[in-house]
Amino acid sequence: AEAAALRERLRSVKHTVLVLSGKGGVGKSTFSGLFPVGWGGWFVFQVALLDIDICGPSIPKMMGLEGEQVHQSGSGWSPVYVEENLGVMSVGFLLSSPDDAVIWRGPKKNGLIKQFLRDVDWGEIDYLIVDTPPGTSDEHLSIVQYLSAAHIDGAVIITTPQEVSLQDVRKEINFCHKVKLPVIGVVENMSGFICPKCKNESQIFPPTTGGAEKMCQNLNVSLLGKVPLDPQIGKSCDKGQSFLSEAPESPATTSYRNIIQRIQEYCDQHHFQEEKII
Amino acid sequence: ERSNLAGVRHILLVLSGKGGVGKSTISTQLALSLRHSGKKVGILDVDLCGPSIPRMFSVQDNDVHQCDSGWVPVFVDQDKSISLMSIGFLLEKPDDAVVWRGPKKNALIKQFVADVAWGDLDFLIVDTPPGTSDEHISTVEALRPYKPLGAILVTTPQAVSVGDVRRELTFCKKTGLRVLGIVENMSGFVCPHCSECTNIFSKGGGEELAKHAGVPFLGSVPLDPQLSQSLEEGRDFIQEFPKSSAFPALTHIAQQILDGTLQRSS
Repeated sequence: AEAAALRERLRSVKHTVLVLSGKGGVGKSTFSGLFPVGWGGWFVFQVALLDIDICGPSIPKMMGLEGEQVHQSGSGWSPVYVEENLGVMSVGFLLSSPDDAVIWRGPKKNGLIKQFLRDVDWGEIDYLIVDTPPGTSDEHLSIVQYLSAAHIDGAVIITTPQEVSLQDVRKEINFCHKVKLPVIGVVENMSGFICPKCKNESQIFPPTTGGAEKMCQNLNVSLLGKVPLDPQIGKSCDKGQSFLSEAPESPATTSYRNIIQRIQEYCDQHHFQEEKII
Repeated sequence: ERSNLAGVRHILLVLSGKGGVGKSTISTQLALSLRHSGKKVGILDVDLCGPSIPRMFSVQDNDVHQCDSGWVPVFVDQDKSISLMSIGFLLEKPDDAVVWRGPKKNALIKQFVADVAWGDLDFLIVDTPPGTSDEHISTVEALRPYKPLGAILVTTPQAVSVGDVRRELTFCKKTGLRVLGIVENMSGFVCPHCSECTNIFSKGGGEELAKHAGVPFLGSVPLDPQLSQSLEEGRDFIQEFPKSSAFPALTHIAQQILDGTLQRSS
């Protein structure tokens, strides 16, 4: 019965993309927050951004929604809308103070994730983007399990260039294989830094083992793109503004837009293939 | 029967609400600094999904052996001055994902706390994953009888990190874990070509948080490509790069920990 309730709720979702990484702090939430805004073009997509990082919910701050609360209606919980076509849900909206800690073991976290999927009235959505915490544990198992009622297009995996990240990301890719989650591709974030003064490049997080490029070759997954470090990214996230709008000329903006376009193309193709099969 | 932690003088945890701020880096550098001050140090890595510690000491291919009192920790060199325990040593293949729910993680953490034959140590540093969940609750509960010294909280300067670390401070308060102080990592980058300093991840958030929360501020550690490189290659940064930009801050943090323990004993 529960599976049926989930299926019903998720019936109106066209595409679902999970943003994963084995490693923390590589830019999952940053990317998830930019994804809905990253499209140019004629079409206006209806996007839902679901933050299932229960202990460290970053999305409200990054989207400029700190202090917002969730409202209940007859049809369920209302997401918090950034724009008319972008709704957000996060445990962050359920906490009353920025100091409130969510000190929960796995089962309770799973319960909330299920509620987020079952009780939030998302309406008709073109894209459901799910931002996750680092790791391969309760949250990840649960979201894959609960979303099996809908259809997941795949996972976008974020990494930084150095081996200490890649070693965790390989585990995440293995997790995806284990749970039969397609890997749309890998994004290498924080890929080099150009000094604003002398314009020389420094590899702050050095790709000592070949970076994401080598890893993708070895594991036969797509490298969607590389995004350089830009101090404006952190500033925009802190201010809750869209980096893509704040710094349209930045090389990082160009990289992000290209990556988002490739993901959209993947989802479109995938959809088309599915329709063909039917 | 003597507990495996009976010979450990001081236990300290390295925490952060946020991922990727440098908990394992700080744990590693703290261990190396303390070793250079003549101390015997152990690191217990309770990040079960993303264990970073073994590689940072270049011992990722080592195995763990059993003895009468339990598991023998992995020594990083002949001196046996730094010993490690991590799930990284228990994996058959390094890319194997540990896809466990809470209860299984809790069981291993209890074993890690009780069954590693550390012997005599001056310091046991416990490196944790980000968050305030199973691993953290279980680790604090298991360590409680051994009265840990406290916790070092690591953040990067920007508000998005500080926001999570505020929650971790609440976790410490609620679980009765003393906060030894806050470290602000990745605090500025000095270009090696022209010496221009860029605050890639902003600046000052960690120091402000320490002030706001009334806890000691242990220092700001800058972004240092030589540090990143050393960690990648499992080298001893404290020994090999004393002139590097991160060295003064890292050794200062270790010194404050040492001074703190001296104060406590006197």
